Amino acid sequence: MIVVGQALRDQQHELTVFRNRLMLAGLGILVAFGILLARFTWLQVVQREYYHVLAEANRISVVPVVPNRGLIVDRNGKVLAANYSAYTLEITPSKVANVETAIEDLAKVIDITARDRRRFKKLQEESKNFESLPIRTRLTEEEVARFAVNRYRFPGFEIKARLFRSYPQGEVASHAIGYIGRINEADVKRIEAADLTTNYKGTDHIGKLGIEGAYEKELHGLTGTEQVEIDAGGRAIRSLARSEPISGNNLVVTLDLELQKIAEEAFQNYRGALVAIDPRSGEVLALVSKPGYDPNLFVDGIDPQNWDALNNSPDKPLNNRALRGQYPPGSTIKPFMGLAALEYKKRTPEFAISDPGFYSLSGVAHRYRDHKKDGHGMVNLHKAIVVSCDTYFYGLATEMGVDSIHRFLDQYGFGRPTGIDIEGELAGLNPSQEWKQRRFKQKWYAGDTVSIGIGQGYMLTTPLQLAVATATLANNGVPVHPRLLKAVQDSKTQETRQIASKNGEALTVKPEHLAIMREAMIDVTRPGGTAVRAAAGAPYTIAAKTGTAQVIGMKQGETYNEKRIKEEHRDHALFIAFAPADNPTLAMAILVENGGHGGSTAAPIAREVFDYHILGKKPAVRPKLGGDEDASD
Amino acid sequence: MRMPVISRAFEFVSRRIDGPLMAALALTLALGVTVVYSASGGGSIDRALGQGRNLAVAFMALWLFAHVPPQLLMRLALPVYAAGLALLISVALFGEIRNGARRWLNLGFTTIQPSEIMKIGVPLMLAWWFHRREEGLRMLDFAFAAVILALPVGLIARQPDLGTSLLIFASGFFVIFLAGLSWKIITSMAVAGAASLPFLWSMLHDYQRQRVLTLLDPMQDPLGAGYHIIQSTIAIGSGGILGKGWLNGTQAQLDFVPERSTDFILAVFGEEFGLVGNIVLLTLYLLIIGRGLMIAANASTVFSRLAAGAITLTFFTYAFVNMGMVSGILPVVGVPLPMISYGGTALLSILAGFGILMSISTHKQLVSS
Repeated sequence: MIVVGQALRDQQHELTVFRNRLMLAGLGILVAFGILLARFTWLQVVQREYYHVLAEANRISVVPVVPNRGLIVDRNGKVLAANYSAYTLEITPSKVANVETAIEDLAKVIDITARDRRRFKKLQEESKNFESLPIRTRLTEEEVARFAVNRYRFPGFEIKARLFRSYPQGEVASHAIGYIGRINEADVKRIEAADLTTNYKGTDHIGKLGIEGAYEKELHGLTGTEQVEIDAGGRAIRSLARSEPISGNNLVVTLDLELQKIAEEAFQNYRGALVAIDPRSGEVLALVSKPGYDPNLFVDGIDPQNWDALNNSPDKPLNNRALRGQYPPGSTIKPFMGLAALEYKKRTPEFAISDPGFYSLSGVAHRYRDHKKDGHGMVNLHKAIVVSCDTYFYGLATEMGVDSIHRFLDQYGFGRPTGIDIEGELAGLNPSQEWKQRRFKQKWYAGDTVSIGIGQGYMLTTPLQLAVATATLANNGVPVHPRLLKAVQDSKTQETRQIASKNGEALTVKPEHLAIMREAMIDVTRPGGTAVRAAAGAPYTIAAKTGTAQVIGMKQGETYNEKRIKEEHRDHALFIAFAPADNPTLAMAILVENGGHGGSTAAPIAREVFDYHILGKKPAVRPKLGGDEDASD
Repeated sequence: MRMPVISRAFEFVSRRIDGPLMAALALTLALGVTVVYSASGGGSIDRALGQGRNLAVAFMALWLFAHVPPQLLMRLALPVYAAGLALLISVALFGEIRNGARRWLNLGFTTIQPSEIMKIGVPLMLAWWFHRREEGLRMLDFAFAAVILALPVGLIARQPDLGTSLLIFASGFFVIFLAGLSWKIITSMAVAGAASLPFLWSMLHDYQRQRVLTLLDPMQDPLGAGYHIIQSTIAIGSGGILGKGWLNGTQAQLDFVPERSTDFILAVFGEEFGLVGNIVLLTLYLLIIGRGLMIAANASTVFSRLAAGAITLTFFTYAFVNMGMVSGILPVVGVPLPMISYGGTALLSILAGFGILMSISTHKQLVSS
């Protein structure tokens, strides 16, 4: 019994211990649940607002809504740059394990050309990995459907509907319109500097050159936003709110597309540039740089093959010769020289020289030759312009001195950027003693001045500068400020805002001196003048001056034989003109690289442009440019 | 006297069922299916139906275990433990490696994870051991109990599966604790444990250390290891007091909460039902645990008491560890929220455990009489 009693007591003791321990455990459980309750209260009551904000930030994504880029039309409303909507297939390289093999697989589903691959590769090298880059553009509906079926096989690939820029005129006016391209690092810096980062969210392209570049601000528009509910994978579930973007403004440019086309075609196969300006307003009606390029190639990243072709071509199609080509003006400088001599009283209209066919500085044996070997006989200012007598201007320049010449030409815009409203123009060179000292640390020699007299030597101008100076001459000495923007059509109000002429204050120049020059320039296009052929049969009068710029220097006593030297060493042909001479509506400068003589190669181009502009006449049969011309220059 | 057929059938079904426990379980499980439906995106009923099938199977297990007399269970304790241990040793020798851990045993026709067996095997084995040593427990008995516990825990920790080994350690420790391990030993073990923390830290695998570090500062790696915790606390916190409403949780429905229908289902629940929902869930758990502790307190044999106590405390541990992890106060361990998370295996073993509790509760009169 004692043992049983002992066992019972033990059992009783064990039960008491167990129940105590159980109670303790129960207490522990209450404490633990108390901690959980405290934690839940902390999260869901105290910190609720904080987590609410985080949850909203998770699910709401603010997506930029890119505005439609403004259109560019010519002065008659013809479209030069437009947008079209198309599907693209884009890849985000960071989301794809092996881009190369993924593209290989993709090629089995939709067509991927070698050009697409090259272009994609170039884009990839130029951009960051998390950017979405197009591998194919302009997918057909069928291709979109075919990809959609296989979509699960291609993570990181996405079909997007996008607006694309297109330049329906192709090469025509490409140097004036410019193009847009993908935003690069330099663009990003500029956007940041201008504090426009927000407005460029979602925008992939930016104007690079020409009108597209210069008026980026007008064309881009204001980016809208859309609040989209997204899931953890970033897929949009539904739209929550949207603020509409404001489209970019449409631009009306001063170009006349038909005139531009005629001018470009008139160059035939020659390289060169032409700038045609309405002197009354400064509006540029044609801006040609031949050869051009197709701006459509640049819109979504140019592929390396096309890029190399454009970049390495000896014809340099990417070089905007109208703004950036710097050439000696040759004899086209003579009207300005003559005007300078009249204004500075170094010459009277009656003063005449007897031209032996060359000019020598006193005490120096060197002979500065005239292009006419035996000379022009008795030559006054009028005749010197009409027959383009070099000897007359050698002496004139020597007597004027370089600094007077510099001062006078500066008024007409030589040696300075014209301030045209697209970027990239070069300043040319209007030399002076001070300039030579600064540039070469050398004094100015009398011989330097002699060459300046006929637009050679150190003198350099761009075709645009030459056109502006000619327009100023045509405009009775009122400086012309060239521009390409005619009007802005506001996308919101639909109102059109005209851009006012920026022509400056009239220069102090005697009207009778201008009249003398104008008469001489009109006679250039009449029998006996250097450009007689170009004006033959025109029912309006053309005031003009031909010019030739040497590409290679010639030794003393050597004769220039066009047929015997290489094409790229042939002289450049120049031509400046305005018409109708008594009330000019168009002034222009033409440069034909290696074209030979201004009168035979450049002048016929001018005639076609004038005929269309003044008479509305398109050329029936285009004459062959160049060839022999009786009146040589 | 004729008994109506229906009431005879009810008698048959409910004879071994503990009424209050069953009511609390049913409510919790109903809540669980509701949340699983929401956590599966709300658009499809497949998961909720699947969980319904799991429930049916688990209830059968509960009903069956409720009919197994505790004495029979006691006799099974040693064989189950021995088999489990043998399987764990086989895993260590020939186990399959998946995701860098050797946890699975390929039996040719199926692959099993023997550590699952030990979740129930270890507490039963220990309860059996203390039951046999009923007359006056000596230190040596506790030492042997420690060996019984340490073998499977050590093997599982080596796999490595730290979470499971800790949970099994807890379930075994509860038995030893309830059996009356002296406070001196408990205190000295706690001190020794704390002292060996730096050593244990050096023993941990990189990913395990990462989990602990992530707990301390989830923002350290917001898209990697910290992502789960950050997103689940955002979900719970943004739920506020009343919640965003069933099927309306943005974190849950838009997939920001990872593993939202399994381990992290509390984030879905807390977001959609708010603090109020959490309090309801905690209350249901407390009712279940309270009833379990009552059954343990009133059980008639040492084995029944210890088994009932350990099953209840283990259930609590699972619930606490999961809620602590999802709300960001415990490291991430792969433990589902009992009776709420989607999944058949966990549900089956939990309801089987409650079947044992019910068996203990309804068989005690027979034993004592």
